[in-house]
Amino acid sequence: MTLESFINEAISPWMLEDGPDKDIVMSSRVRLARNFADKLYPTSGNQEALEEVLQFIKENYTDPEDTQQDAISFIPMKNLNMIEKLVLVEKHLISPHLIKHSDHAAVLLSENEQTSIMVNEEDHLRIQVYYPGLQLRKALEEAYYLDDWLEEKADYAFDETKGYLTSCPTNIGTGMRASIMMHLPALVLTKQINRLIPAINQLGLVVRGIYGEGSEARGNIFQISNQITLGKSEEDIVEDLESIVNQLVEHERMARVYIYEQSEISLEDRVFRSYGTLKNSRIIDSKEAAICISNLRLGIDLGIIENISENILNELMVLTQPGFLQHYANKALRSDERDIRRASIIRERLNLKK
Amino acid sequence: MECQECHERKATLHFKHIINGQETKISLCEVCAKKKGYLSYPEEGYSLNDLLSGLFQKDGLNLSSAGTTKSSQSNQSQELKCSSCGRTFSEFKKAGKFGCANCYASFDSKVEPILRRVHAGNTKHTGRIPKRAGKYIQQKQLISSHKEELKQLIEEEEFEKAAVLRDKIRELEKENHQNKEAGDNK
Repeated sequence: MTLESFINEAISPWMLEDGPDKDIVMSSRVRLARNFADKLYPTSGNQEALEEVLQFIKENYTDPEDTQQDAISFIPMKNLNMIEKLVLVEKHLISPHLIKHSDHAAVLLSENEQTSIMVNEEDHLRIQVYYPGLQLRKALEEAYYLDDWLEEKADYAFDETKGYLTSCPTNIGTGMRASIMMHLPALVLTKQINRLIPAINQLGLVVRGIYGEGSEARGNIFQISNQITLGKSEEDIVEDLESIVNQLVEHERMARVYIYEQSEISLEDRVFRSYGTLKNSRIIDSKEAAICISNLRLGIDLGIIENISENILNELMVLTQPGFLQHYANKALRSDERDIRRASIIRERLNLKK
Repeated sequence: MECQECHERKATLHFKHIINGQETKISLCEVCAKKKGYLSYPEEGYSLNDLLSGLFQKDGLNLSSAGTTKSSQSNQSQELKCSSCGRTFSEFKKAGKFGCANCYASFDSKVEPILRRVHAGNTKHTGRIPKRAGKYIQQKQLISSHKEELKQLIEEEEFEKAAVLRDKIRELEKENHQNKEAGDNK
């Protein structure tokens, strides 16, 4: 496989499209959790019920004649090997949970990978829609559209006062989790982020690292999402989240200008050192890679480094994950082998200069 | 520094509490920290789930300690079981997950305090309503808004308009009753 085609595989087509504030907001995501009314939930562990749901989806929602949906493919988890599954997780198209319980699980995936519908995750259905930049409303509209499409042929588990009945009480009500992935290197450098995170938490929003629950903020990438799903409408949740994100974007921009004006040389030093490390290292672990990639991207955004695509951050963050490295090598790799591969793939990518 | 609790051993653990912005610090030895419940040793890293089921466990404890005066009630609460998926309330507490849509009704009175705690005091859904399953609900809401309108019309002595609206409400109610029955029979 050539590096170019491999990169194309790592980057979902929607990521290359333009979006508002894309230099800071990497993506907007809306996820809806839904269950069918008359089937036991995946959490019940009832294999028969799970298989029935899987068959129902396969029979009713995978017809290529269905003009409602453009090219959605149905991928049962059973048909994938471990590395292929890992690759889907690293592209955020499925969750780690789906891999762990993959006997009766599947994913409906759109061609540009903007929408994915997980079947038999913790809930029967998990509808997920991505947009580049800050476009939560669009993502919500698209998710609604899929929601209606799925509901056409079956009744959802719904209660007038409790809303959508999800398997976990943390999702009940709207069943919606809206989240934003953003790159905030200047807020981290100026340590403002330590002050901002508790404030954001107090507003019913959660801030965490790039790979979800419990993960650290690698490479200055933060995920911000709503905590509460009950008692607020989807539109209100999205609006609140957007307004916080807008403020963060503004703070980040101000902090970038501030750092650049106050300490141009030391910022340039940081950026070029990271660039040098990425261009020359022979062994690099994922943590160091994430830090250097973040610095490089900041350098690109501030015009310190030219001739490198600003998609480098999105690209390399996915390319340097364990699943992708193994996928590229076409075999399982130990962690020390991965560090060597990681360094070489980064060097190759930077030589492409695009 | 000596332990602030036993004043004998050396304090090796320092805890900082921030409650409503008020900061308090306490330094303890390992033994006293354990005694006071500051320490626990989870097998793996804590996940949201563990925290959640921890919350529910606490509910269970409260309930059973309240039940010591009314022991029959606490027995009953232990036997709470969902009739459709067979999940018991203690299984739910442990996993932090429901097993089916019916669990909510089965554990009814116990679910609300949990939801309130997880969702900042909220217990009522105000968002989207599904088209199919929600048809009955949407109609119900339409009827109640019509009824409000009817009241208004009567107050304004617009009796002719009120009569038309009244008939419309009756029709909707009849239709909705059938919808509900059809839904229940499914």
